Amino acid sequence: MRHSALVRITHWITAASFIALVYSGIAILLAHPRLYWGETGAIGTPSLIDLPLPMILTGQTGWGRYLHFLSAWVCILSGVAYMLGGMVACHFRNDLFRRGGPANYTVLQRVTYTAVVFVLFPLMIWTGFAMSPAVTSVFPVLVTALGGQQSARTIHFVVANLLVLFLVGHVVMVYVAGFSRHVGAMILGGNSVVRETQT
Amino acid sequence: MSRLWTRRKAITTGLTALAGASGLTVAARLADQYGLIPPDHGGIYGIGETLTYASQRLLMSRHSLAREFSPSQISKVAPVNGGMPAAFEYQQLLARKFTDWRLEVDGLVARPSSFSLADVHGFPVSRQITHQACEEGWSFIAEWTGVPLSYVLNLVGVSTRAKYVVFFAFDDSWESLDMADAWHPQTLLAYGMNGGELPTPHGAPVRLRVARQLGYKSLKYLSQITVVDSLKDIGRGLGSISPELGYSWYAGI
Repeated sequence: MRHSALVRITHWITAASFIALVYSGIAILLAHPRLYWGETGAIGTPSLIDLPLPMILTGQTGWGRYLHFLSAWVCILSGVAYMLGGMVACHFRNDLFRRGGPANYTVLQRVTYTAVVFVLFPLMIWTGFAMSPAVTSVFPVLVTALGGQQSARTIHFVVANLLVLFLVGHVVMVYVAGFSRHVGAMILGGNSVVRETQT
Repeated sequence: MSRLWTRRKAITTGLTALAGASGLTVAARLADQYGLIPPDHGGIYGIGETLTYASQRLLMSRHSLAREFSPSQISKVAPVNGGMPAAFEYQQLLARKFTDWRLEVDGLVARPSSFSLADVHGFPVSRQITHQACEEGWSFIAEWTGVPLSYVLNLVGVSTRAKYVVFFAFDDSWESLDMADAWHPQTLLAYGMNGGELPTPHGAPVRLRVARQLGYKSLKYLSQITVVDSLKDIGRGLGSISPELGYSWYAGI
């Protein structure tokens, strides 16, 4: 199957912005590698998870936050373009929601891609906004539905880990299936699936 | 035929580019006029900052209220970042329990004023139990007591040319708010915390409290408030000390 130009472009923009989000996210996390549940949490209060990471208080969150929010914008805009394009071209209906579409994904692939696109990324955006005091002043339900601002931060961290896990699995699968052919197909739009009938 | 096509294509492309460029110029002008460009808009990170600030000011209410909590939700632990001002002037004021403290209010105002702590205590009292998050990730809920900044701004008579309110502190730190946050009903000049006086490490005698932004916007140890129409001539022109230290000016995220 051949990926459309929109899917290929948004794939790589999302990939680049996701790497930047993870990198800057780690910089932000290391200023306070403790996670809490509820509205509040700080040194001196019980934590939910004490991550075995160093606490780095040398001003790494300044650039971390600037980069995080710039990449978040790139990621969201690229994601919106992908979603709209995917709906118009029936990419989701044909390749993710049913068997035997042009891409011919396995059940595991279809479930994973659907979860990443429709559950994990939306959850990242939701929990991200739930940490913004300005956004929650307009939409308080964004944070109250999650049980509080610190709960949102904890979910943001957990879902980020799931997405990193997906990225690792995704790259391993691409490597196993033929790295240069699949990466080439995702860049140039060639055929990544070689079928018996085509050869 | 093919030459005609290329000419037509060239003209169309040229016109589109021209329209795009002038459209962008007009958009930038309008954005600036309506206060949608943050002072730290420069550089690659400025693009993200401008998108965030402009979209929040455009799409969201300027009057939306930060969430308030019940007294039972007040945190037992309210950590502090940063030490007390080392300045001799501040140490002297502290030693005399701020009886000599003055808050200067000047700039684009009809009646430049100087208020004592007793004056500030005499103004209408506002209380809020709000959540304050540090950009590092931790947070607490506290009750703040003070006078709405809007009351003081009305008292001194703010000029229609005003675009920002700048705050100076005894520790040489400084911040600024746009008029949306300056006039916001939850923006306080706070002198009390959790039912008592504002503890010294929390910014005594008076600190700023900005409920819709991260903790670092709530400047401690206030000494002066200046109303301006431009931030260009203050510090490095980035709007507050935060961008000079690498942190964004707008912290509503």
